[in-house]
Amino acid sequence: MKKFLHEFSPGESGTVKEIFAEGKLKRRLYDMGVTPGTQIIMRKVAPLGDPIEINLRGYELTVRKTEAEKVIMEV
Amino acid sequence: MKFALAGNPNSGKTTLFNQLTGSSAHVGNWPGVTVDKREGVYKKLKEKVDIVDLPGIYSLSPYSPEEIISRDYLLNENPDCVINIVDATNLERNLYLTTQLIEINVPLVIALNMIDAAETNGIEINTCDIEKAFNVPVVKISALKKENIKELMEAAYRTAKIKRDGFSVLSKSFIAPLIEDAKMLLSKENKNNLLFNAIKLLENDDKTIKLYPKQAMEIENMKKQFSKEDLEGVIADLRYKYISETFKNTVKKHSKEILSRSDKIDRVMTHKIWGIPIFLVIMFAVFHITFSEDFLYLNKLYGLEINADWLCNILRIDAGGGLPSLGVWLQSWMGWLTGGLIELANGLLENSPDWVSGLICDGLLSGLDSIFSFLPQILLLFLFLSILEDSGYMARVAFIMDRAFRKFGLSGKAFMPLLMCFGCGVPGVIATKTLENDKERNLTMLIAPFFSCGAKLPIWATFGAIMFAGQFGDLIVFSVYLIGIVVAIIAALILKKLIYKGETSPFIMELPAYHRPQFKNTMIHLWGKLKHFLFKAATIIAGAVIIIWFLSNFNFEFWNGMVSIENSMLAKIGNVIKYVFYPLGFVFGENGWKFSVAIVTGLIAKEMVIATMGTLSGMSEDPLEMEITADLPIAAMIASLSPAAAFSFMVFNLLSVPCMAMVAAIYGEMGSGKRTWAAIGFWLLSAYVTSAVVYWFGTLISVCWWAALLVSVLVLTLVILLFVYKNKKNKNHISHIEKFKS
Repeated sequence: MKKFLHEFSPGESGTVKEIFAEGKLKRRLYDMGVTPGTQIIMRKVAPLGDPIEINLRGYELTVRKTEAEKVIMEV
Repeated sequence: MKFALAGNPNSGKTTLFNQLTGSSAHVGNWPGVTVDKREGVYKKLKEKVDIVDLPGIYSLSPYSPEEIISRDYLLNENPDCVINIVDATNLERNLYLTTQLIEINVPLVIALNMIDAAETNGIEINTCDIEKAFNVPVVKISALKKENIKELMEAAYRTAKIKRDGFSVLSKSFIAPLIEDAKMLLSKENKNNLLFNAIKLLENDDKTIKLYPKQAMEIENMKKQFSKEDLEGVIADLRYKYISETFKNTVKKHSKEILSRSDKIDRVMTHKIWGIPIFLVIMFAVFHITFSEDFLYLNKLYGLEINADWLCNILRIDAGGGLPSLGVWLQSWMGWLTGGLIELANGLLENSPDWVSGLICDGLLSGLDSIFSFLPQILLLFLFLSILEDSGYMARVAFIMDRAFRKFGLSGKAFMPLLMCFGCGVPGVIATKTLENDKERNLTMLIAPFFSCGAKLPIWATFGAIMFAGQFGDLIVFSVYLIGIVVAIIAALILKKLIYKGETSPFIMELPAYHRPQFKNTMIHLWGKLKHFLFKAATIIAGAVIIIWFLSNFNFEFWNGMVSIENSMLAKIGNVIKYVFYPLGFVFGENGWKFSVAIVTGLIAKEMVIATMGTLSGMSEDPLEMEITADLPIAAMIASLSPAAAFSFMVFNLLSVPCMAMVAAIYGEMGSGKRTWAAIGFWLLSAYVTSAVVYWFGTLISVCWWAALLVSVLVLTLVILLFVYKNKKNKNHISHIEKFKS
């Protein structure tokens, strides 16, 4: 099933299918290791509801929901 | 010889740098940007080696100033060797940068850092695999425990003597033919770093395209024939795939624990409900230890009184008071020290001419005293900041607070620095270093002084004690703080719209694992920062102090000797510039020039405002050291202002140039005189405009309250309408998500 990364609930995991971003944002996501095929575990949502914390390639990363909604995941 | 350190943020690069260079290190700025440049010398090899610490980066893409600096340095400055620090606990993402570094024609050594931490986490790494894959030496080190550092430097020294040609992990991938074609094309133009530039052209890299526009066009055509996919993404993907496949068996994990200690700590610190309260408690503790006169409220709550003479002497308090906090205690000792120094100088200069002792004691030393008495508290705040940052908590604060700040064009990372500014702007401004976006850093530094600091509080307190017969003292203080915050928000929104426009930088941030802060590291960090700041501060402050002293002790016939301040040049200047302040309301009447003089001396340090007003109103004692009552001359001077004018005066002091220490800090961080002058201009303008608004609106209230009400209702409606309009515009915008779903 396809789903956006920002729709994940804490504890859910999946693999990256496609990234819709452009320019700086796209490159930054790639550089941090968010590439197609990467396994991502959603860790938690910040107390104010945004941003989110995810785990990939053995480390923790935080992204805003507006950035996570550019990432399509396969669950 | 010259070695460069390159690696990810949080990879222990700075720790290694400190170990290598020790006391020879110094901090400066890379030209044109607000990024720290650290340099030092390593002396334990046959020849001395200059060490340059490149900024922490994840990639050599052309998007952030850190990345551009590192690229330009590696490509153009020809270091003899690059030491690539790789965090052994996070191999995959760290080696991604390595796959880019090895494409440059420069000798390279990999330092596999935090090997001790990796081993305690049950991670075992076979370094031979990495050596074979990249064909460069790999040395296991622990920068923290100083293990194998000599070996690393010897390996680097040996490697530096052998030339190395760039090599790419992409050379066996399906885009290899395309890379060869691009290299062929480029070789006609320039043979330097052929491989690196060829790959950058394929990646559509702006910086390289500008260097080779003709070739870029041809390569664009080649790319179109080759593949429809976007190569920037393909290349990043290939690099990561190469790493995960090649090093599949390199890392062995023995531990089965799912949650590490760091994860457990994080569950509490960023908890949905407790996260924010925990943050508030930590911040309260920081401010309490630095500024409280009654530590833990022992006096107020439990009636603790310290009466023993010897203890009072050590703590430097009057008998009967409570326990002072660490910051207050250190500050009073500092005051004792500088006070003693002034007395000593006074004694030594007894027989010298008036102007000599005046210049040194009343001018230079007292001026420096007014700023350096805050030094212990600045240091303490900065120490806490370093501990919070070192431990990994600072990134979590940004995570917790980001949402609240985004609306004003700032990210969560600006929160901690700005909060510090309620204590003192200097550590606040220096702490903006954690903001990686240059525009955002500048914006944060510009609004930093609007958060009322500790040195301004005496002004509000004095005015509050006298205005409206002292009935609304706390309300007045509160409203000044509030005005500061509101102006900061408005200024941030306006600056964002006008000057710092463009795409907002993504908030994609690593949350490093928590670890215990290293005392030695923190101290080295602190000392480095302090040296940098003190040097700038001492020159700027001394210069400004001497100018103000000269203006306030001489008239235009200065060869005739010293005069009292009422007859000085400063008084004359005050009498002239008061016309500039006419729209602000506080310079009418016979006291007018006194207020404008107080504004001018306040540019040096905000304690001077009340001190100057005391002197000019005819008091022989410093009003800061006594209780303000209505029968003092300074009270009469303040009472001569209308409430609107008094407010306008306070607001001007709140928003204008905070102090010369802050100017020095801004100069140190912005690294450019032009930007510093722009900041000074911005503060003066904000102060002028806001004070005028406050004065005229205040006057309107007192003259005709219903008209003021009408105006405020109108403004409020306008703001609400603007918001509604903006929201409507946002709703019209169909996001790609809805397109995707339908």
